[in-house]
Amino acid sequence: MELLYSVCVGVLVSCGVFLILRARSFPIVLGLTMLSYAVNLFLFSSGRLTINKAAILSSNEQYADPLPQALVLTAIVIGFAMTAFSIILAIRARADLGNDYVNQQTQVNNKIGAKK
Amino acid sequence: MQHLVALPILFPLLSALFLLLPPCGKSVKIRRVASVSFLIVSLGINLCLLIQILNDGVLSYAVGNWQAPFGIALYADLFAVSLTSLATFLTLCCVVFSCAGDDTSGSFYHPLVHFLLMGVCGAFLTGDLFNLFVFFEVLLIASYSLLVHAADKHNTRAALQYVILNLVGSAIFLIALGTMYGVIGSLNIQDVGIRISQLKRDDIYLAKIAGSLLLIVFALKGALLPLHMWLPNTYSNAMPVVAAQFAIMTKVGIYSIIRVYNSMFSPESGSLGSMGQETLWYAALATIIVGTIGVIASKDLRKLCSNLIVVSAGTLIALASMQNIQATAAAIYYLIHSTLICATLFLCIDLIATQRGKVADRITTGRPVKQGLLLGIAFFVTALAVVGMPPLAGFVGKVLILKATYQGEFTWFWPIYLLSSLLLLAGVTRAGAIVFWQNTSNDMAKVDVKQANRWQVLAVYTLVCVSPLMVIFAKPITDFCLQAAMQIHHAEALSQIIRGQ
Repeated sequence: MELLYSVCVGVLVSCGVFLILRARSFPIVLGLTMLSYAVNLFLFSSGRLTINKAAILSSNEQYADPLPQALVLTAIVIGFAMTAFSIILAIRARADLGNDYVNQQTQVNNKIGAKK
Repeated sequence: MQHLVALPILFPLLSALFLLLPPCGKSVKIRRVASVSFLIVSLGINLCLLIQILNDGVLSYAVGNWQAPFGIALYADLFAVSLTSLATFLTLCCVVFSCAGDDTSGSFYHPLVHFLLMGVCGAFLTGDLFNLFVFFEVLLIASYSLLVHAADKHNTRAALQYVILNLVGSAIFLIALGTMYGVIGSLNIQDVGIRISQLKRDDIYLAKIAGSLLLIVFALKGALLPLHMWLPNTYSNAMPVVAAQFAIMTKVGIYSIIRVYNSMFSPESGSLGSMGQETLWYAALATIIVGTIGVIASKDLRKLCSNLIVVSAGTLIALASMQNIQATAAAIYYLIHSTLICATLFLCIDLIATQRGKVADRITTGRPVKQGLLLGIAFFVTALAVVGMPPLAGFVGKVLILKATYQGEFTWFWPIYLLSSLLLLAGVTRAGAIVFWQNTSNDMAKVDVKQANRWQVLAVYTLVCVSPLMVIFAKPITDFCLQAAMQIHHAEALSQIIRGQ
């Protein structure tokens, strides 16, 4: 299970980083979302991966570490708000600037390319 | 009064919510009066807390009465509370300045400013790493919105870059926290500091990775060399009054470095003591150099001021990486001074830019500044203070810094820092001379220029007065800084308090 889990996190992170490096706003928002999923999974695993343990404290002797669950919950909420904000900002940038390039340099180069 | 520790965070939150409600939301006048009076009350709370700490020593507060290390602890020592007071004072000045009309050029300026203040105060007071992350996000989301306050097309791209960069930073922060919790099993800063010295074999490397990631995130917020690229662009694209308030935000990153680095990786904490000290030291020196080059190369005043912030960040991180009491005391003095002075410069530049018509804040010949004397004096004093020329507080800060770096292995600091000061002096003088003296024509009477509002003048001159005052009261302030630095470095003795024992 550990292997599957870590491969999942790794693939999500690498996809996220790749998309962020595209330097266009829509792929970046997708990339950030993937990165935050990976981060949430990673945070969750910091309490160790266990099976057949109580999720909440009860009379059961064995229980999963409750703190990472609380941390993940907070991180999810914050990540959700941040994603919403970045989408709105990306839409506004698209409307204001007429293109979705995040980096100014790219835009200039592309214009020169288009003229040729 | 045990809840006093939480008030610097709670009060801005409540006042921000109140400012969104009908009586304030509808009328501009009521909103301004309410905003300013809330900030004055908030400043009063911070000063009360400061006095209480001076009398009783460090205070800690278990949120919801859940004892640390499981609950969240707020930790109010002299350094943290002096910075929350500084942030509140700066916000008060900026809000007074904005009452001249900047606050109505976009929506929700006042509530956002209070939310930002809440995040900043929270980040200063918290003793828990995850809580630090949460307050970082609170201040960041307020800053994202303030950045696009009254923004035009060109600012949107800068805002987008800033948001993306910080979201990636947050992801790295969370990875660092996950690793740290996985290895150490605690996120309370003091508790981590104790447990980190008891780690064995492989766990040490994991803790090292977590610590390095944390330092990378703080370096990003504090604008250390390879990660400082965002700062000049962001700050010069924000509205000057917002940029003035952002002057405290890089300091949050630097504060976190000083706090975390000294309590978690202090020289006593075993094999991870002083981890990455050399990297931080050389990166900080390089930051000073690059910032200085930026100041000289700046084509407009706002870029120049942003680069001055980079230089001050470099100086502060160099001092933080030294990990001794004298250096930390110098850093505290310099931090308070440079935050206020850079903010003053931003506000001053705003007034200069509006009075120069089309040329705005570009450093080139243009129309003369209408209220040349008034703004000239303010600019002159702040420019001298920021470079660190003798009669003003910058000089005292500089002497403290040079004294702290005098001994041992830190010799590289002197030539770089002194040369950078000389170049800063040249750069700032050139800018001031061109802006104020090289004018095209004297047709001032013809054009109708907006004069500085009395609130704007009040805010700028209150901030300008700080530098001379910090010289007059240099002795008590340096003693205070030394005391605060001692509290940071002797945190082990205080860790019992925070762990509720």
